[in-house]
Amino acid sequence: MSKTSERIFVKGNEAIARGALAAKCKCFFGYPITPQNDIPEFMSSAIIKAGGDFVQAESEVAAANMLLGAGATGVRAMTSSSSPGIALKQEAISYMAGSEIPAVVVNMTRGGPGLGDIGPSQGDYYQSTRGGGHGDYRHFTLAPGTVQEAYDLTIRAFDIAYEQRTPVLILGDAILGQMKEPIVPWEPENIDDNAGRDWAINGRTDGREKRLIKSLFLEEGALAGQNKKLQAKYDSWKGMTEAEQFETEDADLIICAYGSIGRIAKSAVRKFRKEGKKVGLFRPITLYPFPKKELKALAEQGKRFLTIEHNLGQMIDDVRLAIRTIADSDFYPVYPGNLPTPDELEEPILNCLEGK
Amino acid sequence: MTEMKEKLVFDRPESVIDRPTHYCPGCHHGIAHRLIGELLDEMNLAENTLLVTSIGCSVFLYNYLNVDAVEAPHGRAPAVATGVKRSRPDKFVFTYQGDGDLASIGMAEIMHAANRGEKMCVVFVNNTVYGMTGGQMAPTTMIGQVTTTTPAGRCQTHEGAPIRMTEIIASLGGVAFAARGALNNVANIKKSKKYLKKAFDFQLNNTGFGFVELLSGCPTNWKMTPLQANERIEKEMIPYFPLGIYKDVSEEGGVC
Ligand SMILES: Cc1ncc(C[n+]2csc(CCOP(=O)(O)OP(=O)(O)O)c2C)c(N)n1
Ligand code: SF4
Repeated sequence: MSKTSERIFVKGNEAIARGALAAKCKCFFGYPITPQNDIPEFMSSAIIKAGGDFVQAESEVAAANMLLGAGATGVRAMTSSSSPGIALKQEAISYMAGSEIPAVVVNMTRGGPGLGDIGPSQGDYYQSTRGGGHGDYRHFTLAPGTVQEAYDLTIRAFDIAYEQRTPVLILGDAILGQMKEPIVPWEPENIDDNAGRDWAINGRTDGREKRLIKSLFLEEGALAGQNKKLQAKYDSWKGMTEAEQFETEDADLIICAYGSIGRIAKSAVRKFRKEGKKVGLFRPITLYPFPKKELKALAEQGKRFLTIEHNLGQMIDDVRLAIRTIADSDFYPVYPGNLPTPDELEEPILNCLEGK
Repeated sequence: MTEMKEKLVFDRPESVIDRPTHYCPGCHHGIAHRLIGELLDEMNLAENTLLVTSIGCSVFLYNYLNVDAVEAPHGRAPAVATGVKRSRPDKFVFTYQGDGDLASIGMAEIMHAANRGEKMCVVFVNNTVYGMTGGQMAPTTMIGQVTTTTPAGRCQTHEGAPIRMTEIIASLGGVAFAARGALNNVANIKKSKKYLKKAFDFQLNNTGFGFVELLSGCPTNWKMTPLQANERIEKEMIPYFPLGIYKDVSEEGGVC
């Protein structure tokens, strides 16, 4: 059940901030970095008006640790940043994964490595899906491709984070963050604000036993037990994968692409279809867990694959892992530092289709 | 014959859990824990408290105090506590941090939480050394002090001078109370408790940030007996780290 309102015309960054407010996010901790500044700027007034709190932290390290503290109390909280800032947040993300603290982290990526540029890139795929911090952990990673999806997936991110007690990452890029599109905002009803959950620290006011949230497990076997528990949780996410399939049914060639590149590839696919060429698009929406089963099913139908990413080859590993017993995938990199257009993607797609 | 009756004059505070601690003999962490436990009882705070622990010998404080707690990464306790307090402003929030934790890796977090005037308290245990990792140099290590990473003694031109945190914290805008006590003798322990109470009060009346530094002994890493350690605090540490209240806005007027 949900309540929708009038269409509005907003940037992807603002859609994420509005989605968070609709999901009853109560605390936001930010630090400026292009191209995500619209999120903390919007939150600095909107979340206060909504009865929550905003802190501009002294660094991304501090912002992520503030998130850790707020998440531990069971209150819905979020932080956002872009690539170099997300690298700094990895410390707290590992600790949150280890101590099972829910949190929503937004990464509107930019070009790297290092200071790179402030243009779009998908160079943080490995970091986002492999556990960018230390230790054995994973977190949910959602990759919106449109501004409406950015809004919708932010609401979903909060639900997953608090149901699963895990950090959830929203992975966008400079294109999505800066692009304006009309969206229909909606508000989920009956949000469980987690106040009654039996794990959050909220004081022993009811005379209950004390609660402890930690990631240090020193006793013999204790850490192994915690890791087993975490792995079982990650395994249970297998059924929660999501992907968009566009014109895949009768396609000979499937383009695998996510986020903004998925969106651009879709335009190229449309053009080829008009010319009667059998190309389809497979766009993972959950990057972790990766929609392996869905992709493998396509490989079983004898399709060929071309993975296109705005990096030098990262998601291609997951594509190959999914289809490895049956097929392989070609790869076309869009170099970070370049802004891709549907036209740029046509030649590599055509080459692949013609088996060149 | 008059009958002799036992009178209990000293007992375990209820907020302190009845279990043996892991600290070395003569370590002052236990005394600091006890002072906090006594205050939580006396001020009736235990049920309303959210504790943020840090890294170092004291990380297990959460096993000894009967309060809800969350563990922070090394040095980040003031940021974690900021998140805890901002999300639950009605709760009593405090961190407990060593000198390596607070004055080295966590220098940015402590400075900014204090400067923002977060309504929380920080208990800062200064034993001039990294205890847990085996006695390396801390930012508070004294000139000439031998540690495992200053085998010839800390040298000012090479390692810089020991940092006086309370003085620095007291200079920041959001701070309501900053004081330095010591745990080497009964008189200093009693004074330290008064400082802690004041810092706690400032949070309860929502005035600002409260900071209490406690000069403490680490006989193990100082390679001293507990009594020698107490003497070292008196003779070497207190002259460099003078005790007392450095900021008290109830005397100067409020912060914000
Ligand atoms: C990021 C990180 N770096 C280093 C460590 C290792 N470490 C654990 S405790 C500690 C020193 C703690 O010293 P202090 O804060 O003075 O506390 P004490 O043990 O003396 O009570 C260090 C460096 C760590 N846990 N995390
Ligand atoms: S190493 Fe030092 S600080 Fe740590 S428990 Fe032993 S005496 Fe205390």
